[in-house]
Amino acid sequence: MTRIYIPRDSAALALGADALADAIAHEAAQRGIAIELIRNGSRGLLWLEPLVEVVTPRGRIGYANVDAADVVSLFDAGFIEGGAHPNHVGVVDEIPYLQRQQRLTFARIGITDPLSIDDYLAHGGLEGLKRALAADGDAACEALIESGLRGRGGAAFPAGIKWRTVRGASAPQKYIVCNADEGDSGTFSDRLIMESDPYVLIEGMIIAGIVTGATLGYIYVRSEYPHSIATLEAAIQRARDAGWLGDSVLGSAHRFELEVAKGAGAYVCGEETALLESLEGKRGIVRAKPPVPALVGLFGQPTVINNVITLATVPIIFARGAAFYKNFGMGRSRGTLPFQLAGNVKQGGLVELAFGVTLRELLYDYGGGTASGRPARAVQVGGPLGTYLPESQWDIPLDYEAYAAVGAVVGHGGIVVHDDTSNLAELAQYAMHFCALESCGKCTPCRIGSTRGVEVIARIRNGDTSTRQVQLLRDLCDTMVSGSLCAMGGMTPYPVLSALDHFPEDFGLDTVQPKAAAA
Amino acid sequence: MKDKCILDFGGVPTLHDSNAIAPEPLVQRHAQPGRSLLAVLHAIQDELGFVPPDTVAPLARAMNLSRAEVHGVLTYYHHFRTHPAAPVTVQLCRAEACRSMGTEALAQHIETRTGCRFDSAHQHQDAEGAAVGLESVYCLGQCALSPALTINGTLHAKVTPQKFDALLAAATKRVEETA
Repeated sequence: MTRIYIPRDSAALALGADALADAIAHEAAQRGIAIELIRNGSRGLLWLEPLVEVVTPRGRIGYANVDAADVVSLFDAGFIEGGAHPNHVGVVDEIPYLQRQQRLTFARIGITDPLSIDDYLAHGGLEGLKRALAADGDAACEALIESGLRGRGGAAFPAGIKWRTVRGASAPQKYIVCNADEGDSGTFSDRLIMESDPYVLIEGMIIAGIVTGATLGYIYVRSEYPHSIATLEAAIQRARDAGWLGDSVLGSAHRFELEVAKGAGAYVCGEETALLESLEGKRGIVRAKPPVPALVGLFGQPTVINNVITLATVPIIFARGAAFYKNFGMGRSRGTLPFQLAGNVKQGGLVELAFGVTLRELLYDYGGGTASGRPARAVQVGGPLGTYLPESQWDIPLDYEAYAAVGAVVGHGGIVVHDDTSNLAELAQYAMHFCALESCGKCTPCRIGSTRGVEVIARIRNGDTSTRQVQLLRDLCDTMVSGSLCAMGGMTPYPVLSALDHFPEDFGLDTVQPKAAAA
Repeated sequence: MKDKCILDFGGVPTLHDSNAIAPEPLVQRHAQPGRSLLAVLHAIQDELGFVPPDTVAPLARAMNLSRAEVHGVLTYYHHFRTHPAAPVTVQLCRAEACRSMGTEALAQHIETRTGCRFDSAHQHQDAEGAAVGLESVYCLGQCALSPALTINGTLHAKVTPQKFDALLAAATKRVEETA
């Protein structure tokens, strides 16, 4: 019986993995070959999807970009024994793109069947939770602070401090909320965790509940991710059946329940207070802070709200210890970040590495340059609210502080590459347009400023390149940065101003205009 | 003013005629205690494909909210529809990663091919006349495999104009078969 792995995550499905699995099962039956078909998660080597893996004595041999039409030729080539074929990519674990990564949070993705509890336990699952159950809660918070784990959603606030605040609060009900509203273009790491290793997120949330005294958790998933929602719901049911959830977590005195809540296509709900409003069933309008959600969060109760990657990283920190995790990274950016290579890049996918790697290394050593084969020109890091970096900035180490020093953000680790056919003025106008579409409307700089921004950039692009017009755009951006309630309006100027500063020629401007006085 | 579509499936009926749906039992079925308004709206849309506007008043009564609150939530979120989707509905990602891989050119191709305009349903109250609905969305999470789109909910990545034409033909055929 040969074991064959075909991914079931949505990237593989979007390229026909279901039809492929049917074709392989059908062809094997036709030829009387006994196979066991396992629908694993994605390895994160997305440019190779659908990536079929066959278990051989040499290891798991991969066949990349397989189409249902290739199946007969695969069988003819003896792929059951790992035979040579144009789509053959060798032992998957030895592919340099994968081998050179530092997979901590993503250690299991693609290796296991995402819904198999046996697979999860066989690959180190629940070690962190068992240690958390045995640990003192105060010490656990201190250990998390010591590990240096900062919020991976983009704000980079120390997770342990947030947890300590919630633990210290007394209230009839506390909540753990997972922010899985991954709306940033260029990011898909949350999706990969939810679809390829959902149990690690569930384990992280249970640990958060035990440490802080919260007994109810919600995973708020965007409605654009139906596969993630389905996988999580199935995984939660199995975890409940296995005794991880409920009145007695793994037989302990701790209680924890978990539910999936579905978003409804509002980008701003990725902002934590808007998310809480949405979770309460209201319009996703941003709340003023303070009070912080750790004290007054969901339904007014103390709430840990962390991103998927933050919570999914908690189990390995508890399993291996704070010192182990802290050993990765640089400066105050400890551990690893799952970078997501996206857009116009030849080898797009997930690259988990310690902080400190440069954009150039990611683009060329991993990404292999652009998909179009043309020179890369601008790279947006950190989602739609991140800056566009020109080539002169590609050697800055990816570290929260080093990026902040040049006015850029690491954010959620999304990296979108644009080649030399790109028009940064158009992208800047789009950034304002997107803000106008998605603004919650609560604060004026964001609600009105975004529409005015679209108009001003349109005027500049239409030929009014006067200093007055450019200064107007800079003043507007200054108002949005300083006067907006949240990052939606407050950071939309980042892509706009970086485009203007580094690519003035796209706006029809000859030279870099003088910057507005710093606010 | 309604956009004319080149593709016409001979008056394929829309999924539901909103006049034929009794809002009260619908609301009673889904507005269960402990469910948030968002969850109830999802449940209704999952059943019908849209949330009929005449459910707003009974929803407000059932959930002890004002009609303004229910209307506010229903219209705030892009996901909720107050009218049935077109028989073939295309959601194309127009965000940065897909832009870097030519989604704007693909959008033009799709408009030319179908004779429909993107997001025209949002401007007109009624999308029922359009056989193909074209909607812009912002990120489907397939940013390493751009451009991405969904046709009637099914996700497709690395979409080229040729691939779109084949997908559209297949979707059209399925609609005709079920008509």
